[in-house]
Amino acid sequence: MSRIDFDIAHLLAGLLVLISFLELYQDRLYALLNVFALHALVLAASVAWQAFIQDAPHLYVTAAIALLFKAIVIPVALHRIIVRLGIHREIEKVVGVGPAMLAGIGLVALSMVVMLRVTPGADPLTREDLAFALSVVLLGLLMMVTRRNAVGQVVGFMSLENGLVLAATGAKGMPLVVEISVAFSILIAFIVIGIFLFRIRERFDTVDVQALDRFRGER
Amino acid sequence: MVLIRDFAVQGAQMLLVLLLAPLFTGFVRKMKARLLRRQGPSLLQPYRDLLRLSRKEVVLADSASWLFRVIPYLVFAATWVAASLVPTFRTGLLFSWSADLIAIIALLGSGRFYLALAGLDVGTSFGGIGSSREVMIASLAEPAMIMIVFTLALIAGSTQLSTVAEFMASPQVGVRVSLGLALIGLIMVAIAENGRIPIDNPATHLELTMVHEAMVLEYSGRHLALIELSASLKLILYVSLIACLFAPWGIEAAGATVPTLAIGAATYIGKLAAGGFLLALFETSIAKMRVFRVPEFLGVALMLGLLATLLRFVSASF
Amino acid sequence: MILTVALACSAVLLALAAFAVTIARAPLATRLVYGGCALVAAVSLGAALVDLLAGAPPLSVTLPVGLPWLGAHFRLDPLSAFFLLVVDLGALSASVFALGYGVHEDAPERVLPFYPAFLAAMMLVVLADDAFTFLTSWEFMSLTSWALVMAHHRVADNLRAGYVYLVMASFGTLALLLGFGLLAGPDGLYTFAQMRAAHPTATLAALALILTLIGAGSKAGIVPLHVWLPLAHPAAPSHVSALMSGVMTKVAVYGFVRIVFDLAGGPAWWWSIVVLGFAGATTVMGVLYALMQHDLKRLLAYHTVENIGIIFIGLGLAIAFAAYGMRFAAALAFTAALLHVFNHSLFKSLLFFGAGAVLTATGERDMEHLGGLIHRMPQTAFVFLVGCAAISALPPLNGFVSEWLTFQAILLSPQLPSWGLKLLVPAVGALLALSAALAAACFVKAYGVTFLGRPRTSAAVAASETDRFSLAAMIFVALLCLIVGILPGAFIDALAPASLAMIGERMPVQIGSQWASIVPIAASRSSYDGLLVFLFMVISGGLAASAIHRLASDRLRRAPAWDCGYPDLSPATQYTAMSFAQPIRRVFGTVVFRARESGEMPPPGATRPARFKVELSDPIWDWLYAPLVVGIGFAADRLNRLQFLTIRQFLALVFGALVVLLVVLAAWS
Repeated sequence: MSRIDFDIAHLLAGLLVLISFLELYQDRLYALLNVFALHALVLAASVAWQAFIQDAPHLYVTAAIALLFKAIVIPVALHRIIVRLGIHREIEKVVGVGPAMLAGIGLVALSMVVMLRVTPGADPLTREDLAFALSVVLLGLLMMVTRRNAVGQVVGFMSLENGLVLAATGAKGMPLVVEISVAFSILIAFIVIGIFLFRIRERFDTVDVQALDRFRGER
Repeated sequence: MVLIRDFAVQGAQMLLVLLLAPLFTGFVRKMKARLLRRQGPSLLQPYRDLLRLSRKEVVLADSASWLFRVIPYLVFAATWVAASLVPTFRTGLLFSWSADLIAIIALLGSGRFYLALAGLDVGTSFGGIGSSREVMIASLAEPAMIMIVFTLALIAGSTQLSTVAEFMASPQVGVRVSLGLALIGLIMVAIAENGRIPIDNPATHLELTMVHEAMVLEYSGRHLALIELSASLKLILYVSLIACLFAPWGIEAAGATVPTLAIGAATYIGKLAAGGFLLALFETSIAKMRVFRVPEFLGVALMLGLLATLLRFVSASF
Repeated sequence: MILTVALACSAVLLALAAFAVTIARAPLATRLVYGGCALVAAVSLGAALVDLLAGAPPLSVTLPVGLPWLGAHFRLDPLSAFFLLVVDLGALSASVFALGYGVHEDAPERVLPFYPAFLAAMMLVVLADDAFTFLTSWEFMSLTSWALVMAHHRVADNLRAGYVYLVMASFGTLALLLGFGLLAGPDGLYTFAQMRAAHPTATLAALALILTLIGAGSKAGIVPLHVWLPLAHPAAPSHVSALMSGVMTKVAVYGFVRIVFDLAGGPAWWWSIVVLGFAGATTVMGVLYALMQHDLKRLLAYHTVENIGIIFIGLGLAIAFAAYGMRFAAALAFTAALLHVFNHSLFKSLLFFGAGAVLTATGERDMEHLGGLIHRMPQTAFVFLVGCAAISALPPLNGFVSEWLTFQAILLSPQLPSWGLKLLVPAVGALLALSAALAAACFVKAYGVTFLGRPRTSAAVAASETDRFSLAAMIFVALLCLIVGILPGAFIDALAPASLAMIGERMPVQIGSQWASIVPIAASRSSYDGLLVFLFMVISGGLAASAIHRLASDRLRRAPAWDCGYPDLSPATQYTAMSFAQPIRRVFGTVVFRARESGEMPPPGATRPARFKVELSDPIWDWLYAPLVVGIGFAADRLNRLQFLTIRQFLALVFGALVVLLVVLAAWS
């Protein structure tokens, strides 16, 4: 693998981290869905590039699944859900953009330090890609923690899974069956979440999770 | 002989930038107009504007001081010196070692310092609005720019702009993550520093929506001509900077001959045209942000610069 | 020989102080005392300069004063010579300034005796070579400056300032005392030569570092121990404020450098993390506090805190590089810090002199009551502008050079192997860049609101130009700022002996490089030429001016300012300091200071004015000092009960203490 292959793989992984930051910055729901679609697109490109340089054709299937489901089907479905539920289209955040960005930088630094210290003997390309993948996972978790809106939390969960896929492809490919099972479990989780959102909306007229806390009698 | 030729090239660069600056501003305005399906003013209109302004009488406020009259010259001097140090068609300029990227940023910062003082000099609230917003924008844009300079310096091993430009043109540079982050950050900072949409609207003169125009509200005549020329110089400086760092093809190294210099000049004009078109496209497709969203925008640029520097510190392959 | 000259100067100053007690009320006393101080400072300055430039080996002398078995040791090595130079330059310019400013003092007997003593104490601290002399001179310095802070004791703010200063100074000296005690060891090796020869264990050296950071750092102004600085520095007379901010903080930096680089053995790498962490916080917090101020002298005092942060960033980087054996890089960082020490003493003195001139001319320190002074005090306004440009690190002045060198040192840091440093140094670099930009913003505010615009009160209207002594001092310092900015190579070479003494390495020789440029590492890497930048700016400005003069119209007409159709606007409609800082207060202040703005509009028909209120809270005071004060008060109340015991209970206490001591004696093996 030549220098340019390394660099393009790094570039795509870094672009994924950048788009995760962009997701943290968004405060409008439709824009968030568009950025999430972009996230999945870049993931598909990254997986396809890994398939090219590792000469592993089954990764092309993974890339196609990511492209089809995550970049097209899921954003469109979420868009429909938002329209049908009439969800309030601004995302309330628990912390402001500035502190969230700072926390994001701290998490990226943390994942760099952890990955590069824990794996001193491994192949440098894999280590650095794993560091980026861990960053994407942590940023997805940060998104879930700092959003008040359930749809925002779903998007955070999806981008977390994107990070896991990036990690798995970077580590010289995973068997296709594992990938398919992971994808199916995500799909099931998504369907369940969608059903729950409908039920919550029917009962309480809102999907703001803080409002749900009120109904639990805790406040 | 070599010294005289190098001197001539440096002088040619300084004059080129000065003469092209109003043309570039006119080009961007023309492109914006055409994208909005208007005819737009002619490409040479900024030259006519400058000539007209310099022939007009200066109307000075009663409370303006000597500093108010000197500041346009200070701002122009600082901006012109900075602009002439950025390689356009040739690196290795004779005096390029006298000021590196950090010094260029500081020169532009001093131009901004004096302009903000000019806004406060007359003692009305319009100047105050412009100056206070300008320093708020600068307090985030300048650190972002310095972090981007750090990233570039850590990749190229030097803060000297000629050395960085030559490194970027060489095959060793590769496609790096931190360079990508630095490019996006630099574009965001360039938009903020030049007061383009979405930070500030260069076309209106409404004090509530503007930053730069509010600071120079009281200037007229030849002073205003100098300040407008400085603003055009700053814009062409930033476009040249982005071109020589991230699109360095065609820049000739030191010791080039006349034909290659001509090729370098031609590619530079082409890069300016491309940059102007992209700027016009960007400005017509996005709306101006509310003033207190600008810190969030620039905060993202600062974070990108910090992240890029952090990545370079962590590993040399980023 | 040079050391004897320096010590003789201190002795003359002490004698002058004693003399000033007797003649303080006489009409010529002010001129006599300040003139004498200026003369002595000039002699001492000459001696220090000769010693630094000649690169002579260190000189020592022992005087038979002080403790009988110890004596008083004094030593002049290159580091001491450099700091003596800084002290003397500040003393000279402050004394010349005071020749004009001191005449307006209404209680000269409270200022004149303590001023020469203050100068003498600072010189003695820098020359001291054993712990006892050092600490005595340090305490003497604190006491004399405290007396000067309390000179105008009828003002209530000054009382509080003096009280906080006394408490913090005592606390700092206690920390330094413990630190020296640890370094001296159980055998009581108090001289610095003995401390250098002893090699303390790593834990001992680490404790000494922490105590030095607390002791010297609180005197220098490291956050969170800086709280006394913005209270005490503005309270003193302006020439003393200049000395306290510009020189006394540098003496504290000297103490830190002497202990950490010289006496505690070689520094450990993790010390740099502690120093850099505090330094980064100091830089940003200092400038953010300064942006919220509208008192001119308090703003300048907070900027001192910020610049001390910048100096300690350089020192922290020097510690990191030295610990890993990268001595060239350590020399670069160390030289950057020392150059900033020199530069800051210059432009901070200039700015405080300007503030003093404004105070004398208008009687106001609050920027919200000033304005339009550029028309009434044109020369003061010009030199103050030079000071503002220098502190905002604008080329071609001196502030830019030291900041540029610090940035170059930061760019060498990726070679450091420690992970903590790899993550901390970029963050510190970002904080440094942020504080530089915020400092420029703050000085646009300070200069613009005070000198530009229209006068806001009658006091500002009645201002007149300062006297020629004050102006001479300010012009002298402003010229020095320009010279250091244009010819930095000469000053960097002059600092080289100090860097050699502490780090063991120096920066490459700068004199003789092309066109007086400075090349900190290698010509291919980076270089800066202040002279050429200055010449270029002058030539471009001149070309523009002559072209305009030749080709453009030169007519000019005065007219009222644009008023949007509302004629005769009152000066109250122009921007004030608080309104200028409002955008930055919104961006940074809501997080750091919990800034809340509230406006109260009266209902229609009511005739009272609308009110706009800004609430700021000081996080360090609320979270660190207020609980501490409450805790100490609580403990003191509890312990107070010991005063009201019966005789039997007192006897029981004495008996109990005796029994405990006997048990300890029995159990000690």
